Amino acid sequence: MTTVAEMPAGFADKVLAAQSTFRSVMDAMARPGTVQRIQAVSGVPAPMMRGAAAIALTLFDQDTPVWLDSKLAATMDVAKWIKFHTSAPVIADPAVCTFAVVADPAALPSFEHFAFGSGEYPDRSTTIILQVASLTEGPAYELRGPGIDGATILRAAIGVPDLLDRLALNASLFPRGIDLVLVSGESIVALPRTTRLVAKEG
Amino acid sequence: MNAPTYNFAYLDEQTKRMIRRAILKAIAIPGYQVPFASREMPMPYGWGTGGVQVTAAILGPIDKLKVIDQGSDDTTNAISIRKFFEKTAGVAVTTSTGDATVIQTRHRIPEATLQAHQVLVYQVPIPEPLRFLEPRETETRRMHALAEYGLMHVKLYEDIARFGHIATSYAYPVKVNARYVMDPSPTPKFDNPKMDNCAALQLFGAGREKRIYAIPPYTSVVSLDFEDHPFEPYKHKACCALCNAEDSYLDEIVTDNKGSRMFVCSDTDYCETRQSQGHRGSENAAPYAESANA
Repeated sequence: MTTVAEMPAGFADKVLAAQSTFRSVMDAMARPGTVQRIQAVSGVPAPMMRGAAAIALTLFDQDTPVWLDSKLAATMDVAKWIKFHTSAPVIADPAVCTFAVVADPAALPSFEHFAFGSGEYPDRSTTIILQVASLTEGPAYELRGPGIDGATILRAAIGVPDLLDRLALNASLFPRGIDLVLVSGESIVALPRTTRLVAKEG
Repeated sequence: MNAPTYNFAYLDEQTKRMIRRAILKAIAIPGYQVPFASREMPMPYGWGTGGVQVTAAILGPIDKLKVIDQGSDDTTNAISIRKFFEKTAGVAVTTSTGDATVIQTRHRIPEATLQAHQVLVYQVPIPEPLRFLEPRETETRRMHALAEYGLMHVKLYEDIARFGHIATSYAYPVKVNARYVMDPSPTPKFDNPKMDNCAALQLFGAGREKRIYAIPPYTSVVSLDFEDHPFEPYKHKACCALCNAEDSYLDEIVTDNKGSRMFVCSDTDYCETRQSQGHRGSENAAPYAESANA
């Protein structure tokens, strides 16, 4: 049982840390495939990564239902920390969550369990914050789409089975769809629903 | 403590979070108008409350802010908004397009090519391009969902039927990323080609109408047209009377009651930069800014 006193801290400077974290996320979303750094420092409840914790403090609040995967929900620490610092409701049904935080990419539920938004309101969709092993090493992917000048290469150990099939399905639903933010430590890469991935040799 | 101070960049943190989430979804769905809970700002609607809220949500202490109104850095609206953020965020401000990291604009895109580290924030009065064709929000929303844009082409065709050419000269509709038809805000259609494949992120904020939308960098933005009536950016057949620029968007200025007029660059920073480089127009033969050299 964690008491409030034992709970990891939030941002030291809420305002400016949230601003710099948001700009990193905005740049990542506007330029898919580029690795952005989260500068802000905050306490982190294990097994959350520092980048994911900073994004939670920046974007979560009482208006954003949050879903945690089974690894994060295994102890109450993460849910308590999120509720205490952001007031976000932590919910059990991923179909209505604004944000999903996933620590175990291998066990990521298929996208249809999350919210795709509707044709009229495609913005009412889930953003999945996915903690991955690496955003610098691993299989190479070629990325194309808005925000990318031609094509770019991302090397990342994402660890989601059938990732490309899932993203192809996601792409076919446009403008509905899921947006992904990959986090590895303090590095983040965004894969909005407009980005097209192809596995690249070598 | 002295007198009570505002939060950084005026808005409270909960409002910023809400706007920031809307901006992220807007970037993920290029050209789609994301509803947001627009706040009352300490300036009237129509003065850029949407743009101001977007700027306040993204601005940080290391940013350098430029604000333009119809291309000009020194109109009331531009100066007021610049001072607003100087006071509430303490950020550095500039009039130079090249130095700025965040540029808030009303109805123009700077002439100088925007760079990848810059963000352009548009003030938007009416974000819905179909609004004057279909007043019901439920209907326009469905038309966007179904990508049903025939009505817009009919409107452009009616222009051709009546005037012989597409007479829409500002707020000229564009298609973003081959999906959403979007209102580029009342920029002259001269500026439309600059939005296509632009290196900078473009964000649009409509305060009264409570919508935020975006064009990510390097995204296709195509002005709607017809094969036999291709899009043509309109421009006065003249060059700037102050800096002799032939490639910039010109304002027509009436100089007396006899119909005399002159054309000058609408982008004041572009014009002043050219003049300082020694370019001279017909009305500016005398050496420019002698005092600066003295």
